[in-house]
Amino acid sequence: MISDPNVTGLLYLATIVCFILALRFLSSPRHARRGNWIGGVGMLIAIGTTLLQEGISNWALIVVAAAIGTAIGVVGARRVKMTAMPQMVALFNGVGGGAAALVSLAEFHRLAPESGRLGGTEAVSIVLSALIGSISFAGSLVAFAKLQELIGGRPIVFPGQNVGNALVLTGAAALGIAAIAGAQGQWVIVLVILLSLLFGVLFVLPIGGADMPVVISLLNAFTGLAASATGFVLSNTVLIVSGMLVGASGTLLTLLMGKAMNRSVTNVLFGAFGQVQTGAGQARVDDGRTVRATTPEDVAVQLSFARRVVVVPGYGLAVAQAQHDVRQLAELLEEKGVDVLYAIHPVAGRMPGHMNVLLAEANVPYDQLKEMDEINSEFPQTDVALVIGANDVVNPAARSDPSSPIYGMPILDVDKAASVVVMKRSMAPGFAGIDNELFLEPRTTMLFGNAKDSVVKLIGAVKET
Amino acid sequence: MSHLTLVIELTILVLAIFLGFEVISKVPTMLHTPLMSGTNFIHGIVVVGALLILGTADDTLLKIVGFVALVLATANVVGGWFVTDRMLEMFKRRPEPRAEEKRPQ
Repeated sequence: MISDPNVTGLLYLATIVCFILALRFLSSPRHARRGNWIGGVGMLIAIGTTLLQEGISNWALIVVAAAIGTAIGVVGARRVKMTAMPQMVALFNGVGGGAAALVSLAEFHRLAPESGRLGGTEAVSIVLSALIGSISFAGSLVAFAKLQELIGGRPIVFPGQNVGNALVLTGAAALGIAAIAGAQGQWVIVLVILLSLLFGVLFVLPIGGADMPVVISLLNAFTGLAASATGFVLSNTVLIVSGMLVGASGTLLTLLMGKAMNRSVTNVLFGAFGQVQTGAGQARVDDGRTVRATTPEDVAVQLSFARRVVVVPGYGLAVAQAQHDVRQLAELLEEKGVDVLYAIHPVAGRMPGHMNVLLAEANVPYDQLKEMDEINSEFPQTDVALVIGANDVVNPAARSDPSSPIYGMPILDVDKAASVVVMKRSMAPGFAGIDNELFLEPRTTMLFGNAKDSVVKLIGAVKET
Repeated sequence: MSHLTLVIELTILVLAIFLGFEVISKVPTMLHTPLMSGTNFIHGIVVVGALLILGTADDTLLKIVGFVALVLATANVVGGWFVTDRMLEMFKRRPEPRAEEKRPQ
């Protein structure tokens, strides 16, 4: 039993230090895992300290609830495929937001049995936590459903949507302000939560599946903020600091992602990208250039006699589950003395860093993976750039064509390599719905087919050369 | 901890914002997915709030709300941690034998 509030405070401080170290250790893949363990220890300290507070009872309920939550968490975390990571993050994020909203609801119930009993700080914090937590909960679940393809990934839009959403949010906020001003019936806070849940759903529905990672990162920040607000309700520093650390990091990540996609976060949230862009594909002047198709045998020769090959993996590779085969191909080439590197665009995969996780799963050593800024200067000294299932992130129009929707987006300069092999299912345009000038370059050859089949054929052909 | 005044709490909050930006800006893009799930795990700290609610609940409504909150928060903590650990476990450097291959023969 801990009766001294100073001891409690110091133990919570230990947790905060652990969390900061956990994030700090994430700056290098070598220490990152240890960091996560330190974070876990911090969490256990916080939970233990809380359980040892005076007046804690209802042990049976606590044990049952914790057991159910643990089972959900462990099973979810163990079963999830690495390609499905974005939706898993969304799901765990959503439940955290829901928990924050419920804690604030309970505190309201406890502190304000009748109107006008709540102090200003508590009222503001409770309302904020209820509002933000509920938005995060509902929004994350919709994001999960979209990415898991339980509902269509296309943006769902209808006229007056932004106005309608704004009205719902304004309603929730107005009720919240009423609660802070003194209208503290229980129904007020329940209505705030219901309206925020509705807003969470409405706000994520119009956002296309490909933009979902930005939304998830934003909602991650929201849950952090909600947890932090809960900390003010309970006068609990560990909640305030940890929640805010997440709030700040989520915000920063969201901005970084927007930058890598060359879109403002506002545009992602309110632009309904997939809808706007379908009509924006530029009509191309037919200048007589044609696409040159190639065969696995030709590519195998090209690769085997290259000094340096840079593999540019895109989401198409992950969809085809070809990561292991690509690693095998790379190892074969290395045995032949070829220098093989991977060029990772910041938004390769479905969220930043996702491709790194997918390749790590296929046992590709991380020191072979090069980030965009690092690899772009290397392309002029590269013999073959092997583009597998990537499209928009290698489209030179982003550099040269101001009328292109992706103009200004940072890309991988594969067109500066001595030759480019693009492995692609068909000539269908990428997510942004625009043509790719790269495919018409005289140095580019196309190897059509499913990424996995093509890579397997390449492996066979390389073995024979 | 009721002796903490609002101003001190706000000071801590603002410092946490700056610290968050500072620490996160040092994380390479390579680790952004584990970072997202790692911070996901950290906001599971709301489990402390859920425990305080359920642990001190004295009426049925509080017990129900606290129970659900604790289930959700525990799922957040446990799931977030395990997923992060699973991902980070896979990040490996180039295996040692490769260095031997490069030795002149």
